[in-house]
Amino acid sequence: MVIALGLEGSANKLGIGIMKDGKVLSNCRKTYITPPGEGFLPKETAEHHRQNVTKVLKDAIDQSGVKPSEIDVICYTKGPGMGAPLASVAVVARTIAQLWNKPLLGVNHCIGHIEMGRLITGAANPTVLYVSGGNTQIIAYSRERYRIFGETIDIAVGNCLDRFARVLKLSNDPSPGYNIEQMAKKGKKYIQLPYCVKGMDVSFSGILTFMEERAEKFLKDGYTPEDLCFSLQETIFAMLVETTERALAHCNSQEVLIVGGVGCNERLQEMMKQMCDERGAKLFATDERFCIDNGVMIAQAGAEMFSSGTKMKWEDCFITQRYRTDEVKVTWRND
Amino acid sequence: MEGFELFKQGAEGRIFKGTYLGKPTIAKERFVKKYRHPDLDSSLTRERIKSESRSIIRCKNAGIRTPALYLVDFNRRIIFMEHFENSIVVKDFISSVSEEVANKLACKVGAALGKMHASNIIHGDLTTSNMLLVNKNNQAVYEELKDLDLIFIDFGLSHIESSAEDKGVDLYVLERALISTHSLAKSIFEQVLDGYKSEYKSGFKEVFIKLEEVRARGRKRTMVG
Repeated sequence: MVIALGLEGSANKLGIGIMKDGKVLSNCRKTYITPPGEGFLPKETAEHHRQNVTKVLKDAIDQSGVKPSEIDVICYTKGPGMGAPLASVAVVARTIAQLWNKPLLGVNHCIGHIEMGRLITGAANPTVLYVSGGNTQIIAYSRERYRIFGETIDIAVGNCLDRFARVLKLSNDPSPGYNIEQMAKKGKKYIQLPYCVKGMDVSFSGILTFMEERAEKFLKDGYTPEDLCFSLQETIFAMLVETTERALAHCNSQEVLIVGGVGCNERLQEMMKQMCDERGAKLFATDERFCIDNGVMIAQAGAEMFSSGTKMKWEDCFITQRYRTDEVKVTWRND
Repeated sequence: MEGFELFKQGAEGRIFKGTYLGKPTIAKERFVKKYRHPDLDSSLTRERIKSESRSIIRCKNAGIRTPALYLVDFNRRIIFMEHFENSIVVKDFISSVSEEVANKLACKVGAALGKMHASNIIHGDLTTSNMLLVNKNNQAVYEELKDLDLIFIDFGLSHIESSAEDKGVDLYVLERALISTHSLAKSIFEQVLDGYKSEYKSGFKEVFIKLEEVRARGRKRTMVG
């Protein structure tokens, strides 16, 4: 029996959660929301995390009903992510690990998403599409690693959406992607945009530049902001579904799992479902509680590591902005 | 499509098997993908059918084996091409043979790629699933490498480009596919580059420099120094 506490703060979400043998005891989150037209910067985001971390930690412990003494392991996000926010949360993880005398484990953020997705959906060996503000990867498990089959060669898909939202001055509350999704539902006219797939890799920066340069002109020419949101979503999601399908065919896989913040977009899920239906595959997706960055996913991946005997030396418990999914040796799967 | 039966569902469309003008034929149908907007779907499909047919013809001129092209039907979104009845996917072949044989094959793959790039054909989706080995004597035996012909398929993402940049990206796509699929990836890819060098003497240096650049671009890679 393992009780794990996870702390996450690699981007603008501060999340702390507690897991007990695959059950979520608590999952608390606080998001740093910037004004329309602005993104979140490392310094201010870290400041936000520092101001809220004790409150969120207290909530997570109170809601879980466990005492600190019952916790077996403290897990925190080691990377990838923004340096200052990562560090602000890692300091708290180190402090409580020493205060309560618990082992400390640094978790790869992407692995956290994958393991949480597998736990919640029950997908055994899925091809994973991991889409968020900082990451876009198509991943499949093979020989003790989560291997990256395809990825973005420039900016992440969520970053493309966030920055497009700034062009239209959409609200960042609850998230720019959510507001684009709602507007896209009312879009009718499709504008042909650049479409960039290279094998199993994708590129979004050209599409973003195209939109940034022409958005004003499109609006003058009679297209609505809703049409622009619609066209952007249709194009970039088609790229993601196509590359995921390539990975599926290459791996002979019959399961797709979508994780990461952009993964709760219902249009993306719907398109992926249509692709899966056409080839007799099964789609697994989760909702915003687990798709969007959270603490329990770090607790879950950490619990798996802890159960399989992973220990981390104190001096290895640092943070790193660059930490690829395939750098982690997967010790907890035996397939 | 009378007399054709579904063979498998590939990444881009359905593959049917049958006979056309008395020859064993594969029909690749890029059926309408319902998940895509109809405008996007039709323009992408048209573009891919064009690229695939063009590159097949260009490969033929360059002396690289691909399926022979029989018919392109834009309206039905189908390409009819040669079917190799006795063939094995390179991916499966590599997992079934010794390291030595795998390396020899890799050298052969590299040489063919060198030739392809020397003719400015960028494949766009190089994986070991997109290469076949065909027995020259038309038997279902895949033991002796010298009895096997290497065939490239799936040119849907291909284009014609003379720049070293696109050739470097092409090699990088292959390297990544190898790493994610084969445990021998490192030595295999070294052999690929060796073979490549031997067939593309005038351009390999520039392409290898680009390959290094492209590798360094990968996101979130650990950087030392």
